[in-house]
Amino acid sequence: MEITFRLNGELITASDAPTRTLLEYLRETRDLTGTKEGCNEGDCGACTVMVEDESGKKPLNACILFLPQLHGKSVTTVEGLSKGDTLHPAQQAMIEEHGSQCGFCTPGIVMSLATAHARGETYHEDVLAGNLCRCTGYAPILRAAKKLETAPIPEELEHIPFPAPAIVERPESSDELAGLYALRPDAVLIAGATDVGLWVTKQMRDLGEVIFLNGVEDLKGVTETADAFEIGAMTPIADLIALFKPHSASLSEMYRRFASTQVRAAATLGGNIANGSPIGDSPPPLIAAGATLTLRKGEDLRTIPLEDFFIAYGKQDRGASEFVENVTVPKSGLQDLKVYKLSKRFDQDISAVCGAFNITVTDEKIAAARIAFGGMAGTPARAKTVEAALIGQPWSMATIDAALPAFATDYTPMSDMRASAAYRLTTAQNMLKRYFAETQGLTTSVLSVKEGA
Amino acid sequence: MSVGSPLPHDAAKLHVTGQARYIDDIPLPAGALHLAFGLSTVAHGEITSMDLSAVRKAPGVVRVYTAEDFHGHVPDCSPSLGDEPLLTPGEVQFLGQPVFLVVATSHLAARKAAKLGKITYKELPALLDYDSAMEADSRFEDGPRIYGCGDAARAIAEAPHRIEGTIEIGGQEHFYLEGQAAACVPQEGGDMLVHSSTQHPSEIQHKVAHALHIPMHAVRVETRRMGGGFGGKESQGNWLAIACAIAARDTGKPCKMRYDRDDDMIITGKRHDFRISYTCGFDDEGRILGIDFLQITRGGWSMDLTLPVADRAMLHADNAYFLPNARIESHRLKMNTQSNTAYRGFGGPQGVLGIERVVDHIAHTLGKDPVEVRKLNYYDEMVTPTAGEGLPEDHVLSLEGEPTSEGSIEHLDAHPRHAGGQVTPRGKLTPYGQEVEDFILHGMTEELLKTSDYAARKKAIAKWNAENPIIKKGLGVSPVKFGISFTLTHLNQAGALVHIYNDGSIHLNHGGTEMGQGLFQKVAQVAATEFGVSIDKVKITATDTAKVPNTSATAASSGSDLNGMAVKNACDRIRTRLEVFILERFGESDVTWAGGRVHFGVHEMDFAELISLAYMNRVSLSATGFYKTPKIEWDRIAGKGRPFFYFAHGIAVTEVALDTFTGENRILRADILHDAGASLNPALDKGQIEGGYVQGAGWLTTEELVWDTKGMLKTHAPSTYKIPACSDAPDVFNVTLWEGRNREETIYRSKAVGEPPFMLGISAFLALSDACAACGPNYPALNAPATPEECLAAIERARG
Repeated sequence: MEITFRLNGELITASDAPTRTLLEYLRETRDLTGTKEGCNEGDCGACTVMVEDESGKKPLNACILFLPQLHGKSVTTVEGLSKGDTLHPAQQAMIEEHGSQCGFCTPGIVMSLATAHARGETYHEDVLAGNLCRCTGYAPILRAAKKLETAPIPEELEHIPFPAPAIVERPESSDELAGLYALRPDAVLIAGATDVGLWVTKQMRDLGEVIFLNGVEDLKGVTETADAFEIGAMTPIADLIALFKPHSASLSEMYRRFASTQVRAAATLGGNIANGSPIGDSPPPLIAAGATLTLRKGEDLRTIPLEDFFIAYGKQDRGASEFVENVTVPKSGLQDLKVYKLSKRFDQDISAVCGAFNITVTDEKIAAARIAFGGMAGTPARAKTVEAALIGQPWSMATIDAALPAFATDYTPMSDMRASAAYRLTTAQNMLKRYFAETQGLTTSVLSVKEGA
Repeated sequence: MSVGSPLPHDAAKLHVTGQARYIDDIPLPAGALHLAFGLSTVAHGEITSMDLSAVRKAPGVVRVYTAEDFHGHVPDCSPSLGDEPLLTPGEVQFLGQPVFLVVATSHLAARKAAKLGKITYKELPALLDYDSAMEADSRFEDGPRIYGCGDAARAIAEAPHRIEGTIEIGGQEHFYLEGQAAACVPQEGGDMLVHSSTQHPSEIQHKVAHALHIPMHAVRVETRRMGGGFGGKESQGNWLAIACAIAARDTGKPCKMRYDRDDDMIITGKRHDFRISYTCGFDDEGRILGIDFLQITRGGWSMDLTLPVADRAMLHADNAYFLPNARIESHRLKMNTQSNTAYRGFGGPQGVLGIERVVDHIAHTLGKDPVEVRKLNYYDEMVTPTAGEGLPEDHVLSLEGEPTSEGSIEHLDAHPRHAGGQVTPRGKLTPYGQEVEDFILHGMTEELLKTSDYAARKKAIAKWNAENPIIKKGLGVSPVKFGISFTLTHLNQAGALVHIYNDGSIHLNHGGTEMGQGLFQKVAQVAATEFGVSIDKVKITATDTAKVPNTSATAASSGSDLNGMAVKNACDRIRTRLEVFILERFGESDVTWAGGRVHFGVHEMDFAELISLAYMNRVSLSATGFYKTPKIEWDRIAGKGRPFFYFAHGIAVTEVALDTFTGENRILRADILHDAGASLNPALDKGQIEGGYVQGAGWLTTEELVWDTKGMLKTHAPSTYKIPACSDAPDVFNVTLWEGRNREETIYRSKAVGEPPFMLGISAFLALSDACAACGPNYPALNAPATPEECLAAIERARG
């Protein structure tokens, strides 16, 4: 497989193994050692590079980015950011504000800042959520980010499109994908590689046949109809923040806290669903919203309720050569939807529990309730007994209290390094109380409060 | 004047451009090989069979080692006892212990092959918790150490009030961003060049020489920088350097080893976790009359630095408080988990958290503001010539403006730092018999309470809590008094090497290592100041055992104290030679060095011109320097003496918000006032304070180490082990340096600043405890780390 991409301005053709990571390529083949390996799993950001294509600039983790994902794109590493002795303003600001101590996370921080700067993003805590620093306590880095806001964007950093010959393992339409996947049913589908990447870097798995999906343009993007959003499987998680903001602030907020900027830029909605994880954050709210999933095999399409896709731990309703084409989310399901992501750390953390509540109250009575959780069972799952205990009852604390025992009927959570079973059950119940408290106008989130009173 | 200037980190430009080289970035000669360990999969057991055929056959594998290859002489990797064989000879003592070593043509090939070993074990009972280890009497010394003073039991019995309790204090993964790494390049005649990411090059040199059975003069260790250390690279780098040295000797090829992050977390030791139980007797006001501490800690499978860590926890069981009658009993347990090691604060933070919990508990019991109880129990304020005058107006060093340190050590103009006449003297003697002569927390506390608007915010928070049933707020104040010096007295020495080349450029070397703390720049500022030249005239060079021998680890916050003085000593010697030369040649004895020029009598000339002249006149322009810390002596068995040259102080106020439905919480604001003496570099010192606080808060909140029942560490990567991320830093973060000079003769009267601010993170923990306490009548007895789950449990305890 011959991969063509631009690296710090130079057009490169690489014929490496398809699962060779960009990080390894940069450090070992190109002697570009400015990009660092901190964790090799996309959690620390020391390997952040800027990747640009027609859709714009993105910060990505080079450690879980396979070379074929770069086909036709431009990559800028920290070595390519400054021009001779002229530093990029992000670099200058980091020096002036004492933003580096040991310096190992610094190239990644600089790349995240530079990319955000080019994109005009100034919510610095989000920009940097995927860049861990152990030395500074982030204060001087945030000061550098603030200073950078007013600096001009250097002109050099522009992607110039170039011809990139087609690659068999990288289909460019869903029809091509359907055809190829039919021929290679054992192939591993790779979208953003934020999960599959770890199969390679951590589990040392040999993936065998692979199909890269990032060229499948017609699976990217959202079609809005009068009453639904049809979201292509290859739509990046990053795009969902803005998409859902006007319809369900808490769903948008969940996606803001989903992993990190780098991971959201790579990860796709289809991948987050298709990998079947019991702790993926997309399924609970989308199940609660009543979303459906469209799967395709060859020419055949079928549409199922999203919740039915998850059969058991590690088992999904997906046949050989079948792939997720899109997710349809009814707008009506978003109106009363609240999502609560609970993790040890607010940003860049996998949920211990993710609870989604879609409760419709009409005339003080609960007319409808769809509740779904992640982290409470082997799959994302509805709380059907709780729903039944609520529907038809008055919207009151007494109803909530009466429904709480039903959680133990719906779920038998497990204990692991993220949380104990008891904590999971208690907080799942408390999330229902929180939903109620919110409708009563009470302050319910520590993220919304400031110091003092 | 270079000293006192807020200059950037010496490598800042290299950092931001990606040019700063770490071990894995150093180009090695062609044919370099890469290493990986095969790890045990049980916590305790005998190896019954080992089939490594698949490992040997794996692509790229050049060689595989097991303990048998060393014929009874497996190299030792320990810093102390000789109890850490590079590869276990049969008995596995923790899950993750290196069992075999793979040498391969690439890092990936070595890692892949290391997964292919087939090893069977006869499992033995594993000691994984304190209770089973105590029951088995599994420990590193013959019995517990006991320090103390007075008659604690009697004082507690006779006291009007008495509390008892226990706090669980979790460990902490260092999470240096650059993992452990070493590279060895074989030299002619069997010599070895070692590149190591280590805080302790001399120990790497010693261990590699021992492993190769060659003298230390045949091993040269170079360390330019680490990508973070925090104590985790004081002894843990031995393994990689030794493994590489052996493979390099045997293959004749350069060999490199770096741990993958998961391996790093599974193999290496962490901060010691502690269980601290206490019984305390106190009076109606909250004065501690007698206290009894039981400190139990997990040393892990080998001794490593556990004894001095546990000693320091005992030595900080008083923190800032006078304890007239104290008994501190310390158990250091040997268990089947990673061998816990040095970590910023070195046991001090755990000891400090123990007493801070007690003071918090006393305040809750009496219904008093914890700050009042703290002040009541403080040691006596330092007596100064102007004591009693109150605080001057201009005593806070502005970080934004011009540096104000004078940088002279000739006279001590002690600043008035007394809170006035309100404080009744209580005492200055620590339980270990050292007088606290430099205590300044009375004044610092008053100042911080004022600047942080403590009283008004406390009221506002009470009002908030009365009005908000779900989100509670809390306020926590914690001081720190941290003892500066290695408790192993002989380590308090340092050497330096200074050359001036005949163009006037200065080459600087010393035994300290750079791990991000800015040591190199601070010490370079000393050299620049001594010669009156600008900082760019001074070249900072990698730590190198061939330049300065027999160095101590860069640890115990001692880096700039020791190496700054050693460099000053070397500079003094060269300057004296130059001044003698000036006297002989120009007949002038009054020489000043400033602005890159040398003034004497009516003459002045460029520094470079003088150097050139001195060279032509055959003046030696190179000198070594040496320093040993004065005044200290310590008997660690008796627990008596003066282990510390001086104390560094700080105090913090933190405000948090806590969700009583889930235990989720956030730091809303932190205000810090910290004592760095006359700061060598206020910008770098502020960086240590901000970074230390957040790292300390992380230890006590989100950073949870979880082992399963088989002894497998389940939190072995950043996906599961959560250090603070950007949004976890306080929303409002005010850090100020207390202006004051060290009363002891340290380098330019500065104070050590590496470890002390770490303990200011305790204020965040106390704030969470305060928020939990707002939920009910009982004392919440919060344990650390205060994860959301632990906070929710504490809320339940508070409610009763």
